[in-house]
Amino acid sequence: MATQTLIYLFVGLSFALYIGIAIASRAGSTSEFYVAGGGVNPVVNGMATAADWMSAASFISMAGIIAFAGYDGSVYLMGWTGGYVLLALLLAPYLRKFGQYTVPDFIGTRYYSKAARVVAVICLIFISFTYIAGQMRGVGIVFSRFLDVPINLGVIIGMAIVFVYAVLGGMKGVTYTQVAQYCVLIFAYMVPAFFISFLITGNPVPQLGLGSTVNDGSGLYVLQKLDLVLQDMGFAAYTSGEKSMIDVFCITLALMVGTAGLPHVIVRFFTVPKASDARKSAGWALVFIALLYTTAPAVGAFARLNFIDSVNNVEYSEAPAWFKNWESNDLIAWRDKNGDGRMQLGKGDAFAGAPEFAGRTGTSGERVVSNEARDDNSNEVYVDRDIMVLANPEIANLPGWVIALVAAGGLAAALSTAAGLLLVISSSISHDLLKSTFRPNITEKGELRAARLAATAAIVVAGYLGIYPPGWVAQVVAFAFGLAAASLFPAIFMGIFSKRMNREGAIAGMVTGLSFTFLYIGWFKLWAPDSNIAANWLFGISPEGIGVIGMLLNFAVAITVAKFTAAPPKEIGWLVDKIRVPRA
Amino acid sequence: MSDKSADAPEQNGETSANETAYWSQNIRLLCTLMAIWFVVSFGAGILFRDFLDQFAIGGYPLGFWFAQQGSIYVFILLIIFYSVRMKRIERQHDLDD
Repeated sequence: MATQTLIYLFVGLSFALYIGIAIASRAGSTSEFYVAGGGVNPVVNGMATAADWMSAASFISMAGIIAFAGYDGSVYLMGWTGGYVLLALLLAPYLRKFGQYTVPDFIGTRYYSKAARVVAVICLIFISFTYIAGQMRGVGIVFSRFLDVPINLGVIIGMAIVFVYAVLGGMKGVTYTQVAQYCVLIFAYMVPAFFISFLITGNPVPQLGLGSTVNDGSGLYVLQKLDLVLQDMGFAAYTSGEKSMIDVFCITLALMVGTAGLPHVIVRFFTVPKASDARKSAGWALVFIALLYTTAPAVGAFARLNFIDSVNNVEYSEAPAWFKNWESNDLIAWRDKNGDGRMQLGKGDAFAGAPEFAGRTGTSGERVVSNEARDDNSNEVYVDRDIMVLANPEIANLPGWVIALVAAGGLAAALSTAAGLLLVISSSISHDLLKSTFRPNITEKGELRAARLAATAAIVVAGYLGIYPPGWVAQVVAFAFGLAAASLFPAIFMGIFSKRMNREGAIAGMVTGLSFTFLYIGWFKLWAPDSNIAANWLFGISPEGIGVIGMLLNFAVAITVAKFTAAPPKEIGWLVDKIRVPRA
Repeated sequence: MSDKSADAPEQNGETSANETAYWSQNIRLLCTLMAIWFVVSFGAGILFRDFLDQFAIGGYPLGFWFAQQGSIYVFILLIIFYSVRMKRIERQHDLDD
């Protein structure tokens, strides 16, 4: 069967499966809509959490980033897994014992304050919308490349699918769809990884393959060969990295703490029956996540080797088919600097910025770019890192059904995360803003209707962001993690571990952490992007890692303010005692 | 130990001795595990990576292995260990769910 037919078949079948599950598990009450009735098995919840967590960024982008960053890519591997230790040990069981529906619920109750709840809602909505815009871009890329559908139509189809299962099913529908999506995405990720690892090293297990010798008779280890090849071409060694140690340290910590503070992840642990199940479930989630996260560095390294092998010094007229496919999707471009008709790879930019095609073809048949030239280096090829995972099966000449599988997997990853995010946005509006703050008399039915309306509105906004992606989206992913680390995590953590922390301290801390991090990232990413170089950074910490300083400020301000203001009322002490003990 | 849970905090507004003992045991365990969490990721994977890279596991320099593989495996073990040990501590104090 033709690859294109297979892609339609795989994607169509997976969509039918998600919708089938959604119809079978409709939510009938607010408790089912917000937390799936609180009766989800911890293993099932672990799997749903893994799908919820692993977004288009994890599935599509991460291995590509690691392929080009080498050791520096470790910040994502450790940062996006280490947060689960913080969740399992410090937050999840206590929040489950607290037993409400949302993160602002906890903050509002523990700090006996509607203001604290509203601040938490603002953090949550900002974090979630930033994140969701990235998912929509992932859906768009997959649709336009694999399904030959215009990006806009692709986004609308994706939104329609999410609409069916998030709005009808609420958390209950989303949970069981996410389980199916995890199975699709992990299978789609592992199959090509096994193939490629076997092709390059003779060992099919990618985690072992990355530590083995290359199958080319040279007797070199994969990482050794990669170091040599890259240094030959003028790059830094793959295993050494270029970021400063303090920056690697801070980015890793900000991602870990940010992960533990992300509302759509935390809320998944509200759906299991007991506090001890929340711990277990976080463990399972990390097992399911680690399967992909320990494979990604191998996929990245193999992809880099394969890419160099099949492109460097190859004549353009002989370039592999995938190269021209992605070129026609604007994600690859070649500028023949030395006019020899061959593609040279090297350090530096082939030209300034993302390719803008002039609409004509050059002497070798390539699409000519009109970007400002960069002739201080010999690199001639622009490649968008996002294509590495998607193009990998083609680069390694794998059969058509593997390519179809990867398309379905990428969509599963993007849709499952989008649904989880939409849900926390809608419940924070219907539950925290309406029910708990502005319309306390709303009936259960009314609240459920409001939740569905809010989810619909959130889908429309997310779809709009996907179709007209504002330029800042790609620039501010750092926002989501930095803000979660600097605002929500400290407030929740102190709410559990310190009985003395009071309303004034928590609010002052959140506002300080939030504003500092917001201004720092905003300054370097949006308002003065030209000054975004290491020499200008505070302590040499990039905007990606600054959430750590925001978090420290939050703790410091909160503790100081709490010291000089009244202790929380007696009932709060009892509440903390109650959440610390698993028994009801 | 199980008899101590009879004086529930709701009755007198104080934290019972049993609950206090349970909580400090939990905090001690947390400190140990968080120390390991820090050592395998920030220690072995970042701060002492250059030193560890002179050793190797197969084709992996050791520090690089901790950063891209090893720390993740240890994270999983930490959560499993905590989950099992906490259950036991909670049973000892008759506070399990």
